[in-house]
Amino acid sequence: MRGIKKIIYDCHHATYLIEKGQHTPLSLKDRITLLIHLSACSVCRLFRRQSRLINQVMHGFFRASAGRGHSLDESIKREMQQKINERLLK
Amino acid sequence: MPSDADPANWVDRYADYLYAYALNRLDDAELCRDLVQETFLAALERLGEFRGESSERTWLTAILRYKVIDLYRKRNASWLAESRTHEHQPEYFDLETGHWKQEWEPRPMRVDPEDPALQKELTAILKKCLERLPALWYSIFSMKHMDDTATEAICREMKISSANFWVIMHRAKVNLRACLQKEGL
Repeated sequence: MRGIKKIIYDCHHATYLIEKGQHTPLSLKDRITLLIHLSACSVCRLFRRQSRLINQVMHGFFRASAGRGHSLDESIKREMQQKINERLLK
Repeated sequence: MPSDADPANWVDRYADYLYAYALNRLDDAELCRDLVQETFLAALERLGEFRGESSERTWLTAILRYKVIDLYRKRNASWLAESRTHEHQPEYFDLETGHWKQEWEPRPMRVDPEDPALQKELTAILKKCLERLPALWYSIFSMKHMDDTATEAICREMKISSANFWVIMHRAKVNLRACLQKEGL
């Protein structure tokens, strides 16, 4: 593992691990590195909170209208199926 | 033709689902109708690739997702020629130590992000910031958050290494966060 001082200074690497860790489990070495860094760096702790917030908004963004029942007109559907059937017969 | 695929019933079974899926991501009813139709026709061309390992719906959705991402990319194409390349990204960190550059240090938000009244505005600003990302970052970041697509699948589809994937995810996030701050949040 790299020197403690280097770890505490390296916000670039810490924020990289924060991002990765929000999507996939980190290795033990990475978890320890991040723990050491965050214990000393309030700016990256703030980054982590704001990063989570962005994930939440992204999540909501793609699901915002998921509850609304979108459906197609029957006439459009018939047209679609017709085009498929034409291709099937070729 | 594999016996599992049943194109004669596709529209009945999946058209509404695919349409809602597209509309969630593109917000343009006419465009989404066209995409659903194109998805069915593209799937017909590729019937031989359908192995029945996934359900028909999953397979069709994957084809539609490609088309959505492709559109994202085309929308970004005009930007690509200008400023949306990696080279024009600011350096957020000191190259030697990796420490935050002072001007880019995260600051507490001026608003309470949990405030429900702010959700709409927050979403709108994030959308704007997303659109300023380099096109490749935009696609990768969106794909990951859109459906929680598996990292391996994204790497395969976008032809990037897994190491490169995390570098891009990281840069995109740092960039987006900085953008929100710049927009006054």
